[in-house]
This record gives sequence, C-alpha cells and structure tokens, in this order.
Amino acid sequence: MGRRKIPPRVPMPMQAPVVRRGNFHEVALGYTREQAMAEASRCLQCKKPTCQAGCPVEVDCKGFIAHLAQGDVEGAFAVIRHTNSLPAVCGRVCPQEKQCERACKLAPTGEPIAIGRLERFVADAYYTSDACASAIAAASQCRMPQGDVRVACVGSGPSSLTAAGLLAALGAQVTVFEGLHEIGGVLVYGIPEFRLPKRIVATEVEHLRRLGVEFRTNWVVGQTIGLRALLEQGFQAVFVGTGAGLPRFPGIPGESLLGVYSANEYLTRVNLMRAYEFPRADTPLPQGQRVTVVGGGNVAMDAARTALRLGAEAVTIVYRRTQAEMPCRREELEHAVEEGVRVRELVAPVAFEGDGNGRLSGLRVEHMVLGEPDDSGRRRPVSAGTTEVLPTDLCIIGIGTGPNPVLLRATPELACNRWGYIVTDPETGETSIPMVFAGGDIVTGAATVVLAMGAGRRAAQEIARRLGLV
Amino acid sequence: MTRILRRRDIIPGQTVEMVLHAPAIAAAARPGHFVILRVHPMGERIPLTIADADAAAGTITIVFLVVGTTTARLAQLSEGEDILDVCGPLGQATHLTRVGKVVCVGGGTGIAAMHHIAKGHAQVGNQVTAVIGARSADLLLFEEELGRFCHEVLVATNDGSRGVRGLVTDALRQHFAAHPDVAEVVAVGPVPMMRAVAELTRPLGIKTVVSLNSIMVDGMGMCGACRVRVGGEIRFACVDGPEFDGHAVDFDELAARLTAFVSQERQSFGCLGACHG
Ligand SMILES: Cc1cc2nc3c(=O)[nH]c(=O)nc-3n(C[C@H](O)[C@H](O)[C@H](O)COP(=O)(O)OP(=O)(O)OC[C@H]3O[C@@H](n4cnc5c(N)ncnc54)[C@H](O)[C@@H]3O)c2cc1C
Ligand SMILES: Cc1cc2nc3c(=O)[nH]c(=O)nc-3n(C[C@H](O)[C@H](O)[C@H](O)COP(=O)(O)OP(=O)(O)OC[C@H]3O[C@@H](n4cnc5c(N)ncnc54)[C@H](O)[C@@H]3O)c2cc1C
Ligand code: SF4
Ligand code: SF4
Ligand code: FES
Repeated sequence: MGRRKIPPRVPMPMQAPVVRRGNFHEVALGYTREQAMAEASRCLQCKKPTCQAGCPVEVDCKGFIAHLAQGDVEGAFAVIRHTNSLPAVCGRVCPQEKQCERACKLAPTGEPIAIGRLERFVADAYYTSDACASAIAAASQCRMPQGDVRVACVGSGPSSLTAAGLLAALGAQVTVFEGLHEIGGVLVYGIPEFRLPKRIVATEVEHLRRLGVEFRTNWVVGQTIGLRALLEQGFQAVFVGTGAGLPRFPGIPGESLLGVYSANEYLTRVNLMRAYEFPRADTPLPQGQRVTVVGGGNVAMDAARTALRLGAEAVTIVYRRTQAEMPCRREELEHAVEEGVRVRELVAPVAFEGDGNGRLSGLRVEHMVLGEPDDSGRRRPVSAGTTEVLPTDLCIIGIGTGPNPVLLRATPELACNRWGYIVTDPETGETSIPMVFAGGDIVTGAATVVLAMGAGRRAAQEIARRLGLV
Repeated sequence: MTRILRRRDIIPGQTVEMVLHAPAIAAAARPGHFVILRVHPMGERIPLTIADADAAAGTITIVFLVVGTTTARLAQLSEGEDILDVCGPLGQATHLTRVGKVVCVGGGTGIAAMHHIAKGHAQVGNQVTAVIGARSADLLLFEEELGRFCHEVLVATNDGSRGVRGLVTDALRQHFAAHPDVAEVVAVGPVPMMRAVAELTRPLGIKTVVSLNSIMVDGMGMCGACRVRVGGEIRFACVDGPEFDGHAVDFDELAARLTAFVSQERQSFGCLGACHG
C-alpha cells in the first residue's frame, strides 16, 4: 500500500477454554493498559472516519481512541460518555462485527480496530480510577434540579437506564419502576456472569443513583400502579422500556414434560436467583446431563455455555439452518464451540419424548435442507422428510420472545402493532398516549443493548425538550 | 422492605397469618390477586395469595402453610421485622359479577385464599355459601371470618370432628341436592381437591373456577415456569390466571409439574439456615 504497515490486532487475553468451562468468571479478561494503548495506536485517525456511523449511539470512536493512544483514559471516557451511558456494558456485549468495527476503514483487511475492547478498557479503567470517585461525588452536588420536573421510567433495562441517566443529568427527578427485585433488566436476569459480571451493571446503576435517580424495585406498572395513575400522580412524562421477555414455545407435543425449560426460566434461575450456588441459594437448578438447546441467537449460546459450566456431560445446540445463518454474535459461537458445545445444524424439533414418568428423555428432530431465501434474506429451512431422536434429559428453548404482557394488558388504549409491540413516533418515541414514550425491545422486538440505549436516548432528548430542560 | 405489623400462628408450627404494611399493593389488590415475596438475599421468590386487603389501613394479609425453606424462614420472622421483597398485586383479579348463588370451596390453606374471593362475591351481591374442609377441626381456618359475610358456612372434616365427616365434595353434594340453582362454584386448595370439585360439577353443568398454584419464578410472564394446559392451550398461570375454568384444566399435568424440584426442595429444607454461609 506504500503506507506504514499496520501491526496485527492485539489479541484479547482470555481464560483458556478448559478452565473457563468450569467456572462463571468472565471469559475475556480485558486488555492491560499497554495492550489497549498498542491497539489504539493502530487506528489510522482517518480524515473521514467511518466508524462512528456504524455505532447506533454514534460513539466518536476516532476521538476516544486518540485520547487513549496518549494514555488519557479520563479524556477517552469523557468522549464515550458523551453519547453512551453504559460503555462498560456495550464494550462487552455489542455485536461490534456488525456495527462500529464493520464500519471501520480497516474492516476490509479483516483486522479492524478492536473498538469494543477499547471501549471496555476505557470504562473499566475509568470506573476504578480516582477520577471516577471525584466525578461521582461532584455529580450529586452540581446537579441543578429544574423546578419540579418529574419523569417515570418503567422497567430497568438498558433503554430505561439510558433515558433515566440523560434526564437526571439535565435536572429532572427521575423514578425508575422495576417489577423484579434487581435493577438491570436482561443485563441481570439474562446475560450470564461470565459475559457480563453483575458488578459492572451495579457500577453503572450506582452512577445513576448518584445522579439522583430513584429506583423502586418490586413495582409492576399495570399491577401495582397504572400507567395513567403515574401521569395523574405528578409524573409529567413516562418512558416505557418493559422489554420483550415473554418466552415462546415451539408448540409441539411434550412441551410440559419435566426437563423442558424456556431459556428465560433457565437463565433467570441461574443468574438472577443464583441457582448455580444451590443449595447456598434456595432456588433449585434444573438438572440434566445431556442437554439440548434449541435456537441460534445469543440467548441459545448463553444457555448452552451455562449448562456446560454447571457440569453437563454433553451440550448440543440444535439449529434449523446452518451456523452461517445464526443470529448470535460470532464471538459467542466461537467461544461456545471452543468450550465444547456441539452444534447440530439443519435439524428442527418436532416433538419432546417422555420416559413414561413425565420426564423428558428425547427430542425428536426433523432433518432440514436450505431452500429459497425468505423475507429476512436468509435461506429458508425446508423439511428433508426424515427424523431422528436426540437423547436428552434437559432441553432449553431459546427460539425467541414476545412483548412483556403485563403493562400492555392493563393499558389497552396504548396502540400496538400486529405483533403486539408498542407503536411509537420514530422521531420522538412518543406512543399513542401523549407524554408517554417507549423504546427498546418493547418497540422493536428482541434486539440489542445498544439499540435499546439509542431509543432511550432519543426519547429522553424529546422529553427534555418538551419539559423545558434543554 | 415490607414491615410485618401483626403475626399470629393460626395452627402452631403449621399455618401462619401476617398483616403487612404495603399501601400501594393494598390499594390495588382485588380478590384473586397474589404477591411474590423473598425473605433472604439468597432466597427464592414464592407466590402467596392476598387473603385480605385493607386499602384504608394500607395493609394486606397473607396466610401460609409451612412446607419448605422459604415458608419456614418466613414463619420465623416476628412482628416489627421486615420482609426483603414483596411484589404485587399479581395475576388477574377474580371476575366478579352478580350471578345469584355462589359456592366457594376451600381446602387447607386454600381457605385463606378463597376467603378474599368469597368476600368479593358477597360484595357484588351474590349469595355466598362457603364450604371448607380439613383433616380435623383444629386445622380449619377462617370459619368465623367467613361467617361474617357468607349466607352459610359448611364444614367437612375427614375425622368427623366437625361438620360432615368426609371431604368437601361430600358437603358439596348435599348442598347441590338442596340448592339446584347454584350459578357458580369457586374452588381453591390442593390439586386433588380442585380436581374432585370440578369432576363433581361437570355433569351438573355448573361453572367452576379454580385457582392454580403452579411453580413460579418471576410472576410477570417472563419465564414460563408456571405454564398450565387449559382447554388444550398453554397458558401462564401468573399473567393469564391464576384462576381458570376448572372443567378445562389438565390437572394431571399440573400435578406432575409441581413435582419438578422435589429432591432439591428436600435438600434445601434439610440444610435450612445452614446453607447460606
Ligand atoms: C440471554 C440474552 C443474551 C443477550 N445477549 C446480548 C448481547 O450479547 N448483545 C446485545 O447487544 N444484546 C443482547 N441481548 C439482547 C438485549 O439484552 C436486549 O435487547 C436489551 O436488554 C433490551 O433492553 P430493554 O431496555 O428494551 O429491556 P430489558 O432489558 O428487556 O428490560 C426490561 C425490564 O422491564 C421490566 N418490566 C417489564 N414489565 C414491567 C412492568 N409492567 N413494570 C415494571 N417493570 C417491568 C422487566 O422486569 C425488565 O427488567 C441478549 C438478550 C438475552 C435475553
Ligand atoms: C398463585 C399462588 C398462590 C399461592 N398462595 C398460597 C397461599 O396463600 N398460602 C400458601 O400456603 N401457599 C400458597 N401457594 C403455594 C406456595 O407458593 C408454596 O407453598 C411455596 O412456594 C413453598 O415454598 P417453600 O420454599 O416454603 O417450599 P418448597 O420446598 O420450595 O416447596 C414445597 C412445595 O411447594 C411447591 N412450590 C415450590 N416452589 C413453588 C413456587 N415457586 N410456586 C408455587 N409452588 C411452589 C412445590 O410443589 C412443593 O410441593 C400459592 C402458589 C401460587 C402459585
Ligand atoms: S457502543 Fe457498541 S457499537 Fe457503539 S462503538 Fe461502542 S461497542 Fe461499538
Ligand atoms: S475508521 Fe477505523 S481506523 Fe479510521 S478512525 Fe475509525 S477506528 Fe480508526
Ligand atoms: S412465573 Fe414466570 S411466566 Fe409465570
């Protein structure tokens, strides 16, 4: 190319597969300062950078990487935080290969800048620094409440947390209502510890608390209090970020056998309820030695890798297309396979078989071949006409979810589309009820953390404008 | 944190009643609703019916049978102490309309849950007959409370120590003979009891509502642990129920699913308090 030769991407330090499949500690250990600066130095600092446009919340990648290359973590953090309120989370769970890193000028070389890893490094380094402590202390003092502007956020997933953070920073009094006993949504009940440690989420939540955000757990909006009642009781605006957590079942015979679980139940028991520590934790853990997991998304990968860590003899992912069509992050699939998860492609479940005592003993699958592409552009699986039974005593279903039902049923006047998700104005995020906004998975269907954050941010900006905070 | 205002042993070592300070839940609670609570940071989430609610006083009443780790730990708490998490009211409220004669059947601890529903029926103007059953007279709950608003309270005990000797279905059969015009039956209690009531009313064509106690985790429709089969369809007891048409419920499947974790529940109960470290 005649230009300076770019060194290869700095590899991420990882726990070895044989070690990590036996524990719940984080798989990727994070860059050291030297590694981070070396990776940052690979960035071309393009005149017309393309990376930022690839990020749903428009993180100024070039800008923060420039600070980091100089060893200026605080400066780098300030740049990221300008548009991203949960950088330690995004750096870990964003599908970077489809977003910022795909947009990087270096992507065609196969070695784009490791933007996600750098973002993670900056956030982790900042949160453990003195600068963070003083910024947190200052935040609670310098906040200037704008009269009595009160906003409610329903749900505490990334969309609500982002909206709450932005509005609190602008001086609103924000109350977050969460139905569960912990704050974080999917970040705490779904994504396992080995990918996203709970303390990372707790740190981000603590940051918001210091900004003055009030958190009310065990409050189910639509049951404990109505959406309308929130408006009547003095909240001038409401943001709804209730997520898409209603588990789908395939609708085939044998679904109620003992040993068949939704991925949500399995992961909630393990993550939120800490069943992996049973009997130190009271919540029982679904038991199984030959585990099958149905699905090809992040949820299926997480369930499979969790089962492996809990001591299953064999874990097999069952997917009706091929690995190339799996919607999960590439890295998760690679990690799962390295750890020993097997993948059975081109098979679709048709029935659960029992042992005669109400317990699962096998999963009957139909063999598939790929046909013509469907609406999503992926080739549609069609039956090859033959079946086989995969022996299994624990089957985890991760084939997708629907909208969380409670708030919607209690609020029939909230307009929803034909799939049951809330309809919003794409510009403002406002719903059919004035001053009620919505975003995240409850609007788009199951998507990603960073898209949910983007939606929370857009709605919060509109709320701030309407309430005269900006 | 939710404060325990009053606590009493209804049946010592077995059944406990607590009145909790929970103004938001009390204001929203209707008959048929339940709460999910947790008593320890490493504890399980368990569902308990709201046996009574007083919006003016800001209180709800729960009544529970000590059967395992969480209920045992809950029973150890005293007045003035706090329950870590109480979430609710959850589930669909009982569908209450004026239909005429209603019979509310309660078995064991289910009598407490039935109490709130019976009260609701009385308040909308139905003539309510309560039928309550237990193994013996000392295990009967809420007889006096039910007497305050029910037209009559019929009792069945297995040992004949009070009321009819036998099961609630025996008392129920006698009642139907004298009152062929019962419009609706509500049954809350152990699965075999609810099933027996539903089988009794099926040939008589009397609408029968049962309140299902499937295993739950979140109670908000996010896990599917509570799924039950009703009329051949999968329904989630926490958000679609817990009350369903007793003639359409697959009781065999419900009973089987309730045994999902028995060995672990025993292990957990066996090391109660010692496991938490
Ligand atoms: C196992 C798993 C792995 C995933 N992995 C990734 C990944 O690697 N990368 C990625 O980008 N995305 C991933 N996702 C998707 C991502 O987590 C979601 O897109 C994102 O969390 C959606 O955020 P949200 O704000 O819409 O709501 P959620 O995170 O779904 O949170 C909604 C919250 O609202 C609460 N709630 C619901 N109803 C009510 C009510 N009526 N009142 C009060 N509270 C209520 C719920 O309890 C919940 O806490 C994963 C999802 C799962 C399940
Ligand atoms: C909607 C609903 C309302 C209920 N109301 C009452 C009530 O008012 N009073 C009362 O005494 N009981 C009630 N129950 C049952 C009560 O939830 C269980 O007794 C309790 O969960 C047992 O917990 P444990 O830890 O003490 O015992 P465990 O050792 O966990 O279990 C003992 C028994 O309880 C059942 N059980 C276990 N976990 C659950 C769970 N998460 N949900 C439901 N059942 C479970 C098991 O099948 C087992 O037979 C209700 C259940 C439901 C679903
Ligand atoms: S938020 Fe996600 S997509 Fe955006 S720069 Fe960070 S890692 Fe990339
Ligand atoms: S496109 Fe890639 S190389 Fe260019 S500035 Fe962005 S991160 Fe750096
Ligand atoms: S308890 Fe989780 S869906 Fe009903």
